[in-house]
Amino acid sequence: MEPMPQIPILSYDVVVIGGGPAGMAAAIKARELGLNVLLLDENDYLGGILPQCIHPGFGLHYFKEELTGPEFASRLAKRLVELGVEYRTAARVLEIKNYSDLEKVVIFTSPTGVYQVWAKAIIYAAGARERHAFEIGIVGDRVAGIYTAGEAQTLMDIYGVLPGKEIVIVGSGDVGLIMARRFALEGAKVKAVVELMPYPGGLARNVMILRDFNIPLYLSHKVVEVRGKGRVQRVKVVKVDENLNEVPGSEFWIEADTLVISAGLVPNVKKLKKIGVEIDPATGGPVVNDRLETTVPGIFVAGNALLINDLVDYVAEQGELAAEGAKEFIENGGIESKKWVKVKKGQNVRLIAPHYLSGDHDVYLYLRVARPMENVELRIPGIGKKLRLPVVKPAEMIRLKLRAKEIQKASEKLTVEVVRA
Amino acid sequence: MIYRFTCIVCPLGCSIEVEVENGEVKEVRGYKCPRGMEWAVQEVISPKRVVMTVIPVEGGALPTVSVKTAEPVPKEKIPELMRFLAKLKLKAPVNVGQVVAEWEGIKIVATRGA
Ligand SMILES: Cc1cc2nc3c(=O)[nH]c(=O)nc-3n(C[C@H](O)[C@H](O)[C@H](O)COP(=O)(O)OP(=O)(O)OC[C@H]3O[C@@H](n4cnc5c(N)ncnc54)[C@H](O)[C@@H]3O)c2cc1C
Repeated sequence: MEPMPQIPILSYDVVVIGGGPAGMAAAIKARELGLNVLLLDENDYLGGILPQCIHPGFGLHYFKEELTGPEFASRLAKRLVELGVEYRTAARVLEIKNYSDLEKVVIFTSPTGVYQVWAKAIIYAAGARERHAFEIGIVGDRVAGIYTAGEAQTLMDIYGVLPGKEIVIVGSGDVGLIMARRFALEGAKVKAVVELMPYPGGLARNVMILRDFNIPLYLSHKVVEVRGKGRVQRVKVVKVDENLNEVPGSEFWIEADTLVISAGLVPNVKKLKKIGVEIDPATGGPVVNDRLETTVPGIFVAGNALLINDLVDYVAEQGELAAEGAKEFIENGGIESKKWVKVKKGQNVRLIAPHYLSGDHDVYLYLRVARPMENVELRIPGIGKKLRLPVVKPAEMIRLKLRAKEIQKASEKLTVEVVRA
Repeated sequence: MIYRFTCIVCPLGCSIEVEVENGEVKEVRGYKCPRGMEWAVQEVISPKRVVMTVIPVEGGALPTVSVKTAEPVPKEKIPELMRFLAKLKLKAPVNVGQVVAEWEGIKIVATRGA
């Protein structure tokens, strides 16, 4: 019998967890800044969810050109390879350990065995997970034919398999609408898109898909039950009132062989919680400062693991910022600041990040409103900042640049609000 | 006949109405800029879309290559185009940006390598 192999130990300045756009942009930037970096992803390919998002609509800000998801990913991957960044695919991170500020360990499995990597900083860019049927209260038979949108997308656009013929989609956000188009284009019948809220969740250009393919949209409705023998056969839909309570007697059944759940994403932060990273209940991601450093020193976060982004451009921007943070952290043995200004949510602001600003750097604030409004002003009264916006919608993230000088005018906190102009 | 659209040219999302009589555009209402007006008229006269799908590929790392049309295609021709694309098969290597087929003068471009 062969002796038990020891777990090989690798050593880097920074380990990036996740090879999506956030992680790739972070690894590229870290390398450009002269850091010794390792990128890990559990998939067999780089790009995160981009290789399966084959529609156009990516990169208008970042590459000044409209690309599809795979094209955006391959540009980043090309740069990564040109720079000689070390990366491993099929490398699944199991655990993160935080021994001290400059001693972190990442344990990962791969086809060649288990490894541990020592690093001074970690950039966590593990993306988001999708909400499942059971999380949105759908009951019924445990049958084949129930997918999340991302699962259905992977089947169709990576493996070339159509997941069903008659499909009901739950959720009218951009992901649900884009999937409706893909199914319809490939010859499946999309029997309905069912949306809980009284308005569609996606951008107008994606809502147009419904008209293009004559797909019925049920607003203020929800799917509550699924029935079938072996495979989905029908789903039960019920109307809801303005308080989202079910309207008695309003239920009806739709025959379908497939149910696709597109009910939102949640930052994937389990491993961060385990090492004590503080989580913001509003974003679902970590509480961070203006270098995207979490409450555990030397652990940075970017992309959908930080907050759910609707534009890949912002995701890549966050990756670069986290890399700059990691560089500063490693060079100075920590990120210090004289005082932190706390960012607070005011009227009609549902979520906002970063949470703490140093006033040492210009920053981008990313925020979402709670409800749609027209003719509004985004205000930060403490520093006299005002921005006119014709429309705001929960589905569209707002990005606001603040200069270091402006932040320095704030006392210990800064409240951001969206109010009628 | 009145067609109603939410404009998608910019995030303003104007509600635009296009009135058509005997196949001719009579009036356009509700737009705030000329780009929005042009878009709405185009949507009525000849709507076009970029089309994407995947094509099976032999010998690649993944079983399919994703493709898009190099330019928007008239909406009513999309089913026909999809039937054409459904018959294609490719062999690795395929590079991003490579023209893998052509249909009625419209180039089909690979958006993923294999
Ligand atoms: C259907 C759909 C349509 C979209 N359309 C658009 C659009 O038109 N325009 C646009 O700009 N944006 C769009 N987006 C949004 C954009 O794609 C995302 O915001 C972006 O890809 C998020 O990037 P990320 O790097 O944070 O995460 P991801 O791309 O999810 O990457 C995270 C990576 O981390 C890896 N990972 C996770 N856990 C581990 C672990 N334990 N060990 C190792 N690796 C791990 C995963 O394998 C994954 O590769 C769309 C998204 C979806 C789902």
